[in-house]
Amino acid sequence: MDSQKKALLNYCIALGDDSLTLGHRLSEWCRNGPFLEEDLALTNVSLDFIGRARMLYSYAAEVEDQGRGEDDIAYLRDCREYRNFLINELPNGDFAFTMARQLMIDAFDVGFYKGLTQSADEMLAAIAAKAIKESRYHLRRSEDWIKRLGDGTDESHERTQKAFDQLWGYAAEMFEMASDEQQLVDAGIAVDRSALKAEWSSTMHSVLKEATLDIPAQDWAIGGGREGIHTEHLGYLLAELQYLQRTYPGQQW
Amino acid sequence: MNQHSLPLFEVFIRSKRGLDHRHVGSLHAEDPAQALDYARDVYLRRSEGVSVWVVRSSDITASQESDMASFCDPMDDKPYRHATHFKLPKEVDNM
Repeated sequence: MDSQKKALLNYCIALGDDSLTLGHRLSEWCRNGPFLEEDLALTNVSLDFIGRARMLYSYAAEVEDQGRGEDDIAYLRDCREYRNFLINELPNGDFAFTMARQLMIDAFDVGFYKGLTQSADEMLAAIAAKAIKESRYHLRRSEDWIKRLGDGTDESHERTQKAFDQLWGYAAEMFEMASDEQQLVDAGIAVDRSALKAEWSSTMHSVLKEATLDIPAQDWAIGGGREGIHTEHLGYLLAELQYLQRTYPGQQW
Repeated sequence: MNQHSLPLFEVFIRSKRGLDHRHVGSLHAEDPAQALDYARDVYLRRSEGVSVWVVRSSDITASQESDMASFCDPMDDKPYRHATHFKLPKEVDNM
């Protein structure tokens, strides 16, 4: 496999991993949502991300052409082979934490997938065209919730501020290019993520300001997801996600 | 959040152009904007519509069952008010 093809494979898997881990986290809200309507809405968003992961993994399998399918990629890799940003794998915390994370990711996704619709790779451009519509809706939801929570009661304000304080340093890696990603940018296939930060910051500033929240200090950053270095939480997530395929290999339903 | 404190909204969906908005159900939400978003998640999951209305249930003034006799019965003996004798062209199928 030539180096560009290998880079494309890694790229699709990394994007799929972002979607699958977050989709799985959001699915944990199913029947635990604060009320019925929000429970359904969160589950819809979860399904959007899982659907996105399936498209990206299927395409990865096609690029790789070694007989692996989407299920093999999702279920038969361990933590160190997962390439998602750490922010996606963090436990849900309370509702404020879930929505604060969602805002940070949705604001990123809208810029990212808008860029990816221009990809020279037709399949990635098509996946992005579907994803951008979903992400615009996700962002509308998370913006709305952060404004309600931040500018809500004392308790909701405090919890939301705490969530952003705990999450802020996880944003850095969203704008750091992986080692083999630049060649895809040069080929017009991938999006230059480092260029997305200004727009992301401006969205975050305006939403947090309206929500009467403070932008957390930029004094720590954690990364490593794209290199397969994860938090302790991913192992537990994968244990649940992969249990069935690990216990009954090849099981289908 | 205490669900019991959330107001109830009625949801109306226009399933395609040319048809009226039809009542499809109700949901709880903080305000009309949020109700509209939830209507999308609760009632439009299979892209059933082209337009959605939400209205606070408390803003609807409804008739009582006991009113209906005086509302409707007097019309029963006025068949000339019913446009049943006209043949409709097939194109007007949503009348």
